[in-house]
Amino acid sequence: MILSTAVIVTTTLTSGTINHLSEIAAAPGHQLTESVMSLSVNGVKHALKMDTRTTLLDALREHLNLTGTKKGCDHGQCGACTVIVNGQRINSCLTLALQHEGDEITTIEGLGTPEKLHPMQAAFIRHDGYQCGYCTPGQICSAVAVLEEIKGGIPSHVSNDITVTQEVSNMELRERMSGNICRCGAYSNIAEAITEVYTHSQKQ
Amino acid sequence: MKAFTYERVHSLAEAAIAAARHPGAKFLAGGTNLLDLMKLQIETPVHLIDIGKAGMNTIVTTANGGLRIGALVSNTNLAADLRIRNDYGVLSRALLAGASGQLRNKATTAGNLLQRTRCPYFYDTNQQCNKRIPGSGCAAIGGFSKQLAVIGSSEQCIATHPGDMPVAMRVLDAIIETINPKGKTRSIPIAEFYHLPGQTPHIETVLQQHEIITSVLLPPPAGGKHIYYKVRDRASFAFALVSVAAILFKDGTGRIAVGGVAAKPWRIEAAEETLNQGAAAFSAQLMSGAQPTPENEFKLKLIEQTLSAVLNEQKD
Repeated sequence: MILSTAVIVTTTLTSGTINHLSEIAAAPGHQLTESVMSLSVNGVKHALKMDTRTTLLDALREHLNLTGTKKGCDHGQCGACTVIVNGQRINSCLTLALQHEGDEITTIEGLGTPEKLHPMQAAFIRHDGYQCGYCTPGQICSAVAVLEEIKGGIPSHVSNDITVTQEVSNMELRERMSGNICRCGAYSNIAEAITEVYTHSQKQ
Repeated sequence: MKAFTYERVHSLAEAAIAAARHPGAKFLAGGTNLLDLMKLQIETPVHLIDIGKAGMNTIVTTANGGLRIGALVSNTNLAADLRIRNDYGVLSRALLAGASGQLRNKATTAGNLLQRTRCPYFYDTNQQCNKRIPGSGCAAIGGFSKQLAVIGSSEQCIATHPGDMPVAMRVLDAIIETINPKGKTRSIPIAEFYHLPGQTPHIETVLQQHEIITSVLLPPPAGGKHIYYKVRDRASFAFALVSVAAILFKDGTGRIAVGGVAAKPWRIEAAEETLNQGAAAFSAQLMSGAQPTPENEFKLKLIEQTLSAVLNEQKD
């Protein structure tokens, strides 16, 4: 089946978003669906035209050349792809770029630069919180977001009493970071780096 | 993933109508289960209806003192809500025991109810699976079945429902509210929501075609001591081998639902009358008729021992 029409889908019941979808035939029987969208990453808006199947991870790495975020498992099991969306950490491999029109996305590149390190990046360096470095961007994005979650009063599985705000122990941090795995086993130093930043933030 | 067209809707009523208009469409909420399955071509929708920004993401106190949880409330927000933590603690505990922080931030209430099994043969499209392809066989039976069902299964399927949240909702007598493309709503007690595999393992819930979950209703708080135990191979970020959601009252009565053992949370209200006879007597009642495999029959003893630990908590 060869399609040559451009299909525009509008939501008619409320005002707002119009999604432009073009169906392009690449070959007989082969349908390609692309979409045009805008992604806001590290404070910069980007206009993108991509296959609808493009995950946020692939949009960042392949279309925006922001290769700091890594593809570890592509199935939400390792956390190497962790980015911060509207202040919350998510696995960018298990979300479509299309789901994030209008969202504010922060990647590791947006947290800091070699000249101006984010305090979490500086702590990871001080505490040698990495070996090969592959999980590290995800660890750092996750850790930054974890501190916000603690500040926001989000409880955890190891909290003794979930009705009150917990003292942040080593176990609490490890539980909250359990979605970021490290094949090199840098966990103890990662925990120390995060603890240092947390403790410092408590003194502010 | 197989190619798909995409639209975003702004209400769940709109979503149901869109589904009726697009054969082969699926709803996309958080996407943490659906996209995973689409990458493996286990799910192959030709059209995605993005409901991620369709509202229904708040928790509202109802007139009789219960709570109505929007279908799109994230797992994190549900677990962190102070009303849930204080009055429905088992639900908060169950949610916090599941997945990882990143996944809980994205996963939704309705998506969690509808998540599909983690049976390794369901996940491997090279293997026979009656759930994926009706009539093709079940490679799990006679295969590696350590994590799979001990009760409520059939010779067609021994898959388990992997979730924690639904086990807590079962013990809270939650009611699932839905809407269809004609705008008709209905309320489904969670006890009636899931199908056991029987001869049709590919049919997992009572949801009709194009019907969409809008909210989950919790009755007014029952009080009691709320406990969720999750027994698994790792301390975090692993599915349950066995889990227990319990609400225990000072008079020795209580409610128990077990996860990780069947295609749905396992609770038998009639058996709860034997709770005061202790874990061994109660678990024998609860798990009567169990048909474990040689690889997973350890779960029956594990359930009894977990229940013993749970019941002991009430004595503290």
